[in-house]
Amino acid sequence: MINKKAFLMAKLGLTVAILASPIFAAEDVESMSRLEQGKAITFNRSKGNCLACHYVEGGELTGNYGPPLIAMKMRYPDRDDLRAQIWDATTKNPDTRMPPFGRNRILTEEEIDLVTDYIQSL
Amino acid sequence: MKKFLIACFLFVVTVDVYATPEEDRLALREFFTQRFPDMDLNEMINGLYAFDEGAREQWLEMEDFPPYEIAIEEGEEAFNEPFANSKSYADCFENGGIGIKQNYPRFDKDSGEIITLELAINQCRTDNGEEPLPWLTGELAAISAYMAFTSRGNKMSVVIPDDPRALSAYESGKEYYYTRRGQLEFACENCHMQSAGFQLRADRLSGMLGQATHWPVYRSKWGEIGTLHKRFRECNSQVRAKPYDPQSRVYRELEYFLSFMSNDMEMNGPASRR
Ligand code: HEC
Ligand code: HEC
Repeated sequence: MINKKAFLMAKLGLTVAILASPIFAAEDVESMSRLEQGKAITFNRSKGNCLACHYVEGGELTGNYGPPLIAMKMRYPDRDDLRAQIWDATTKNPDTRMPPFGRNRILTEEEIDLVTDYIQSL
Repeated sequence: MKKFLIACFLFVVTVDVYATPEEDRLALREFFTQRFPDMDLNEMINGLYAFDEGAREQWLEMEDFPPYEIAIEEGEEAFNEPFANSKSYADCFENGGIGIKQNYPRFDKDSGEIITLELAINQCRTDNGEEPLPWLTGELAAISAYMAFTSRGNKMSVVIPDDPRALSAYESGKEYYYTRRGQLEFACENCHMQSAGFQLRADRLSGMLGQATHWPVYRSKWGEIGTLHKRFRECNSQVRAKPYDPQSRVYRELEYFLSFMSNDMEMNGPASRR
């Protein structure tokens, strides 16, 4: 009984989360380019939330906990290199203060691809 | 000869690996002196406002009519209200409970436990046949706020007595502060040492030094006064780690370590934060 109730609550929670989260609405995703999808994940507070720590052009209330993400194409010409930094920043710097988005499954592989392409376009 | 060599070896290892708590405290002050050479370290009792001039001005304005004032009044009233057995809080504490917050948390040698002020308040209640109060906000936080208020201006003086259990509690708290946890894999240190003074979104991060002098805190985001363990839980949740229960051994030992780091700094609770 309790389990069923918990399940229903969880389902309700999930529905609410989906409705509240613009990047998940099906029609939107279809009409969005890959770069736009990447940007949405980067900016979304419960997804990448990259702006909490990084300045990104066009973002409001960006933090300065990490370095500004500018001139990325020039600084990260190798896409794999950039993806690796986002997937798990500890490989490059064991003392890093950036969360391991891929290793800890904060983002899915597909989401990381989208974010990588967007960040590289900056 | 062999014995002598072993003794030397042990000596070297002890010195290298284990700094005494007092050495830790001085090293922490040195760390912040180097990071912020122009800042008066004593300002760090004001948390993020030590780093952010704009936020500091708004805060000083707010302090003209401090949002925790009601809590102090309610706390004083509750503190002086006798229990059903006609005893009162004053009977449970040294100096009648006035001006003693700087001595907490303290190590209790009978039980071997770390006793925070909040734990002592609730122990006082249960010893006198009263129900314990909820830990995070409300009446308990108000009583703690009143007791903090009567301790303003005193210097934090947490003692780690010469007892292996006390030292081990301190070491556990220290280890906790430096251990990464949660889905985001952050240690307290990552935010409050390496990133102190930087901004996480709109939040300026306070430094570890002085983090324990001013509790409980009225936080605009909470809209009420809350205890230090409420803040610990929030910082755990921020990195998507599972928070511990308030007054759990882990949090009491963390508070013991954190408070010792603030030793010799001025008590200035309760405080307001945005
Ligand atoms: C909580 C803080 C935090 C968050 C959230 C965060 N980062 Fe970082 N990031 C850092 C820090 C700190 C560094 C600096 C290098 C280090 O500490 O390893 C960094 C470095 C980087 C770098 C290398 C920058 C350079 O100049 O070489 C890239 C690229 C990057 N982050 C991308 C991202 C992306 C994309 C996201 C979101 C999906 C993100 N970060 C989220 C803290 C963060
Ligand atoms: C991801 C970053 C982050 C981590 C990790 C973190 N905190 Fe915090 N902490 C914050 C933010 C943001 C605030 C609010 C701004 C401030 O007052 O520093 C805060 C505030 C605090 C405060 C209140 C400071 C004051 O002056 O009132 C204390 C105490 C504290 N943290 C302790 C801890 C402890 C202990 C840990 C580890 C269990 C921890 N924090 C981990 C981000 C973090």
